[in-house]
Formats: sequence, structure tokens, C-alpha cells
Amino acid sequence: MRIPIETFRLANGLFVTLSEDHTAPIVAVNLWYHVGSANERAGRTGFAHLFEHMLFQGSADVGANEHFELIQRAGGTLNGSTWLDRTNYFETVPSNQLELVLWLEANRMGWLLPAMTQQKLDTQRDVVKNERRWSVDNQPYGTWWERLPALAFPEEHPFHHSLIGSMSDLDAASLEDIKHFFATYYTPDNAVLSIAGDFDRSEARDLITKYFGPIPAGSGRPPLPDMTLPATFGGWKRVVVEDDVMLPRLFLAFRAPLFGTKQYYASSIASAILGLRKGSRLYRRLVRERQVAAEAQAFTYDLTKGTDLLVIDVTARPSLAPEALEREVADEVDLLVRDGVAEEEVARAVALVQTEFVAAMQSAGDRAERLSLFATYFKNPELVNEQVQQYERVTAAEVNDFVRERLGEENRASLLFVPRQHAAEDQVPSDEIVAGVGSGAPA
Amino acid sequence: MSGHANGASAVLERLPRPVSGPSRPYQFPRFDRTALPNGLKLVVAPITKLPIVTIALLVDAGAVSDAPGRFGLAQLTAKLLLEGTAAGDGTAITDRFERLGASIEAHADWDVAVVTVTTLTDKLRASFDLLGEVMRAPAFTEREVERLKNERLAELLQLRAEPRGLADEMFSRFLYEEASRYAHPDGGDEASVRGLTRDAISSFYAKRYSPNGMTMIVVGDVETAEVETLAAEVLGDWKGHATTTGSTSDEAARRTRAVHIVSKSDAPQSELRIGHLGLPRRHPDYFPAVIMNAVLGGLFSSRINLNLREAHGYTYGASSYFDWRRQKGPWVVATAVASDVTHSAALEVINEIDRIRTAPITNDELTLATSYLDGVFPIRFETTSAIAAALTTLVVYDLPDDWYDEYRERVRSVTTGDVLVAAERHLRPEALQMVVVGNAAAVRDRIEAMAFGPVRVYDVDGRPA
Repeated sequence: MRIPIETFRLANGLFVTLSEDHTAPIVAVNLWYHVGSANERAGRTGFAHLFEHMLFQGSADVGANEHFELIQRAGGTLNGSTWLDRTNYFETVPSNQLELVLWLEANRMGWLLPAMTQQKLDTQRDVVKNERRWSVDNQPYGTWWERLPALAFPEEHPFHHSLIGSMSDLDAASLEDIKHFFATYYTPDNAVLSIAGDFDRSEARDLITKYFGPIPAGSGRPPLPDMTLPATFGGWKRVVVEDDVMLPRLFLAFRAPLFGTKQYYASSIASAILGLRKGSRLYRRLVRERQVAAEAQAFTYDLTKGTDLLVIDVTARPSLAPEALEREVADEVDLLVRDGVAEEEVARAVALVQTEFVAAMQSAGDRAERLSLFATYFKNPELVNEQVQQYERVTAAEVNDFVRERLGEENRASLLFVPRQHAAEDQVPSDEIVAGVGSGAPA
Repeated sequence: MSGHANGASAVLERLPRPVSGPSRPYQFPRFDRTALPNGLKLVVAPITKLPIVTIALLVDAGAVSDAPGRFGLAQLTAKLLLEGTAAGDGTAITDRFERLGASIEAHADWDVAVVTVTTLTDKLRASFDLLGEVMRAPAFTEREVERLKNERLAELLQLRAEPRGLADEMFSRFLYEEASRYAHPDGGDEASVRGLTRDAISSFYAKRYSPNGMTMIVVGDVETAEVETLAAEVLGDWKGHATTTGSTSDEAARRTRAVHIVSKSDAPQSELRIGHLGLPRRHPDYFPAVIMNAVLGGLFSSRINLNLREAHGYTYGASSYFDWRRQKGPWVVATAVASDVTHSAALEVINEIDRIRTAPITNDELTLATSYLDGVFPIRFETTSAIAAALTTLVVYDLPDDWYDEYRERVRSVTTGDVLVAAERHLRPEALQMVVVGNAAAVRDRIEAMAFGPVRVYDVDGRPA
């Protein structure tokens, strides 16, 4: 299946993608700004995300939290999210409310600053600190999503630091930072606007021109430093973390080909063979057969700069010691590297991808999200329609090439969570130990 | 062109907020009802948008039917359906589904067990065959029974370190009287799970899993006649007679307020739950109660969220909800706040509950909730699985077939007066239970000073500390 796609650009640089579908009176709007935590300056970790919160605090013609109220009153759903290299804002509304959404998004893209106050910033800073406590600090294993990038990317790399940010950096964020970040990154030429669902293309084009056309282009996005990294870690980096958890859990990461490259699809299939659903190798072997794991999965980050990461995530059964968990997982990976994958395993992964794509395309919001993704990263939303074929073309031989090149011991980084009492018994002296490059069991 | 950070807003032309035109009509998908001679009921909603189909097979075998001492039996039985049949073990079954690209899940909630399959249309026949096999010939091998029991025990262990899940679990435990099935985890507790046997599972299956107690919901790119044919071929010669639904006590443990602090000494935040018994799903006040809850804590722009999050910055989010079941599920306000403001946040929640019972909500508040629920209606049913879930609600709670056709009109007809009556009737400040999972030493004194009710402290297993 293919979805229809039309693309154009406004004079101010705003990149627009449209996809009509009149099966239900619903329309989804999805706006990506090409800025994320990678663009933060030193001492301001968490700022891109805090800024996302501020975009719901009103603009010249919209009161604090009124964006939420107007969309919900219109019968719509909405949210925003921040990632390493992009921030997005999205609404799905009854189709007669499209113009309201465009007005709201344009108002904050063009006229955010008149609404910014110190008090709003202080409140959202508290909200974000509580979000950090809720999603990271007070969750078992919750720090994994800042520890893993910290381990997988070198210290000066833009993907290294925490996305949600440290409490002290959040404290340091000022209204001046807001002004500067807004002027630098929240410009039409650094944004992609996608609309999917029940609308008329020419009407939508007129509305977009009307509301976004007057907003001036920015002066160009400052370039990120060179993000290129070697294809492998050059060894096995290990971190052991004591945490308030009951069961050991291992995150094992490998550097992998960038999202969008031909080799990416072999990596993605390898990831599915290892850990997508219950028919995957890790689940079958570790959860079902050997019964040493409670849960097992694998996924890719889908990064388009620096390096992608393929990550295995396995939680032990209560009886399994942390070192044994690492050994069990490594044995499975080694087996894959040694013997390769079977054609049927590739076929299973492709079949799951095919179904998943059709299932996702039912939703206007999912369509718009994927259009924005491919438009932002590759300036080519048509790639949405080529993804399934890219997977279908992958051969077992290509997966085996990837597996041999990237899943060996010279390309591993592991983050091993251990329950506090285990750590005490094992005499791990501090909160975190970097065992460095090399092989063997964790410290 | 230069940037627009400073002063440019005065120059750029801003346009006024647009007024929306009329909404396009929308109808909840049409569906047909039919049945096989063996009693299996069929509900089919043909939708031709994309080549995909979702099947939900409902079995009258929810966790309320667990006998005392056998908590977790319903859930374990449902899960074991996918862990092997007469023809192949769990690995083989999973592999056959996944090679079709199909997904299959099985679980039991309080009222019903549900097996859900989503598949592309061209694999529908093969998916039906497999579904028939797992429903009719589960092996319940000793090995898989033990494995899933151990997985549940691992889950229970994990829960002790997981504040959100622990708070939900503890709230139910302190809310319902001991004799209520709802007072105990739906998946069973450590003692009950250890005691579950293969024999108990087989006999539960034999009693509950029969075609006359099942409804098959099929939504997507398929015609009703074809579903009838497929269902008849795969399940038509299945005989048996299920016994009728179990029920449980849904009475509260206490009539007066109490605070239950579950101590996690190094917690950086308190997980807070405040609430009491809610309503059964078929209650005549359903619509006013839903609107009342939306204004109080159901929406982002609700009183409780705007108060706790936006006015005070106490939390990342605060919400309230009815946990709808056939019988009285909980009504609860849930949030997570820093330890030092736990008592202040609790006070604000209690004040908001009092306030919505003493004066009518404004017309603006009413229309925010009603126009949201009215407008969002088509957005709730974009996918075959969402429509199957909606039809599941219809079947499980025995709602009339025109429920979704009437829904929007019934939402729109709720008045501020109805909401006040619903708040007076169904919010009972005197019966509120408060659960805090957090640093007991840091929060206890100030919560006691609130004089909300007697305060007791427990460990993570719920034993008095």
C-alpha cells in the first residue's frame, strides 16, 4: 500500500507535506522543529525539553495552557515531545478544526516571546523537575535512558548528555536562553509541517500560506559539531549500576548503521530477529527455553547522525546473578555471529514489519508523524512509502554481514543494573564503575 | 531576513483566531450480530479502509471468577492458551503466528478473558485456523504452567520496587474489604500463585471456556458472511456448556477516611492516590459522572491538573478516573509529587473534591468537557483494534447496540445541574482513602497534622511497619 503525498515549500523555508484520506472526518497536524537536546549548549542540559513545555505557556494571542484548552474544546488530542535531534508538536482534531490548529501553531512559531514570563518559566521548571523524578529518578532502571547514551557516545558528542537534563542545569535556564533558543531554532526554515487526513489540498495550501507565510525565516541553524564516530566501540565498555531494583537487567548496545542507509535495514532485521516479540531468539532461548530471563527485547534508536545503536534489553529471573545474565545474553549474540540467521527468521521479521506498517497507517496521527520524520531527516517524505520494500529486499546474507561486522566483542557497550544487596555482596564500591574496554565479566 | 526574536512581533501581521465551520458527519461503524448453532456469538464490523482485520474473542472467564485461595487462576489460564497446544509447543505456535505477521495476545481482566489477533486480510484464513487451535486444544503442560507462575512471581517481586504500580495495587488492597476479589491483585499474590496447579487450570478451562459463553468480535476488511463461514469451520463443531459469570463483593473496607503510607525510605517522590469506591459500568448516572470526572481531573485542563501542575508546579501531572468494571471499581485521583509537598498536594485535591460538590461548575467548564468528548469521538475509533475494543465494552457490559450512536447526544445533554448532582451523590469526601508510597519519615508528620484521618505506615508488602 502507498499513501498519497504532496510536498511544497513556503518562501520562508517552511517545508510542508500533505496526505489526504477522507475515510473519517479527522485531520492530524504534525510540526517538527529540527532541534533537540543535541543542540543544547554546555551547562544547559534539558533545555530543549524545558523549551517544549514553554510552547504550551501561550503566545501573543493565546493564554497560558490555552493551547491545550482550545484543542480539547475542539474535540482534539495533542502533545509534544523532545528527542535528541528534533522536537515535535502534534494535534489530531475533527476535520473542521484544521484552521484553528494552523492558527495556534503559527501563533507560537511567530509570536511566542510576548507571552514568556519569569513566573511561567519557574513553574515549568518545577513541572519538568517533577517529570524527571517521575520518569527517571523514582523509576526502577529509570536512569537507563540517560546512562546508555552517556556510555555509547563520547563525552563531547552532542548525543552524550542527558535529554531531560540535570536539576542544576534546569535551575540555570533563563528567559534570555528562551529568547535565544527561539530565535535560533524555532523558525519556519527549520521546521516541517505535515497534515494527514480529511482536508482539501488546495484549501490547506491557502491556509498554510495565510498563517505561516508572514513569519520570517531565521538566520540559519548553527551547525552541529562533526558527529561522525567509528563504526565500532573498539572494545567492550562496561558500566555496572547499583539501583533500587529487584532483578538484574542488562542493556547491551552495539554501534549500527545510520537510519536511512541501505545497511540500516539489515541492522533493523537483525534487531527484530534478536528481540522483536515472543518468536525472537532472545525471548525463545532465554525466557522460554532456558528460563533465565523474565523479559527480553531488542530495538534500534534509529539515529541519522553519528551512529545508530542496536540495543538488547534483558531482565533476569530472580535466580540469575548479574554476571550470569551478561554471559547468557552474550552467548546468544555470539551464536548469532558464529552461525548467522536463517531465511525463515528474516521472513518472520519482514512479515511483522508489513503488518505493523498497515496497522500504523490506519491512524492520521501516525501518517503525519512519519511524513514529518522523513521530511525532516531526508527532505523526502515519499520514503514513507518505500520502507516496507526496503525491508523486503534484505537478504539473510546481508543480515549476516551486518551481524559479523557489528555484533562482535569489539563493538559492545553494556549497562548492567544490579539490585543493591547484590552489589554489596559483590563488593562493588561505588554507585557506578566504568570497567573500561576489554573482555571478561563485569567488575 | 533577520531573526524575529526582538520586537518583530509588533511588525508582523497577526491574524485573529478563526471560527470553525460545521463538522462533517460521522457514524460509529455498523456491525452485525449473529451466532453459531453451538452458541458462539459473532459481532462483525466490516471496514474496508485498509487490508487489516482484528479479532477479539471474549470469554466469560475474568479474574472475578477466581475462587478464594486461587487468585490469579483466570489470568494464568488465559496466558497459557498461547503456550502450547496438542499440535505444538508455545514456541511453535508463536512462530506460526509471527510468520504470518500476525500478532496474538491473551489476558484476563476483571470481567472477561480476551484473546486478540490482528492480521493482514490475506492471512485471515490461516490466522483463524491458528486461533481455533489455541482456543480448543491448549496443552497446559506442567513445564509451561511452572514457567508462567515463576514469571508472575518475578513480576510481583519487581512491583515492590516500582512505586506507581505499587501505589495502584496498595490502593485497591486498602480500599476493598478482604472478602472482595478486588482487594487482591488480578494476577494473584505470591501465596495464591504458588498454589495454582495444572489440574486447577484444566478444570477452570473446562468450566469456563465453552462456545456458549464466548463472543467473537471481528473488525476490518472482511464481510460478515465470510466471518460466519470461517467461524463455523474453525469453531462450529466445538461443543460444551460454560457455567455463568462469577461475581464478587465490591464493598469497601472502611466507611471513614484513613491514610496508608507505604514506606520506601529513599523515594525522591511520593506516589499519591486519593479516592473511594466508584460506580458499576451500567450505572444510570454514567454520563454525568464521566463529565464531572473530566472537569475535576479527567482532562489536562481539569481543576486538579491545573491546580497541582500549572498553579503550584507540584507535579508533572495529576488526574482522576473511574476504573469501570461490571461491579464497583475504584474512583481515584493519581499523582506523583515531591516528598516535601505531599501534604499540600493532598490538601489541594481534597479541596477540589469539596469544591465540585458545593457549587455548580461553570458553563465553560461543562462545554469544555462535553465538546471534547463529543468532538474526539471519531478519533477514538481510527483503528480496527480500537473499534474492536469499543465493541468489547459493548459486549462485556451488555450495553444496547445503539450505545455509540447515542453517545454524543447523551454527552451533549448533560447539564451543570446534572454534574452537581453526580458530584454530590458519587463523591464522598468522608470515605476517602489516601495511599502514599514514599518516604514515610519525610511525609508522615505533616500528613498527620492535616487531621485527614488515622495514619498507618506499612512496608512494601503491605505489612504494618
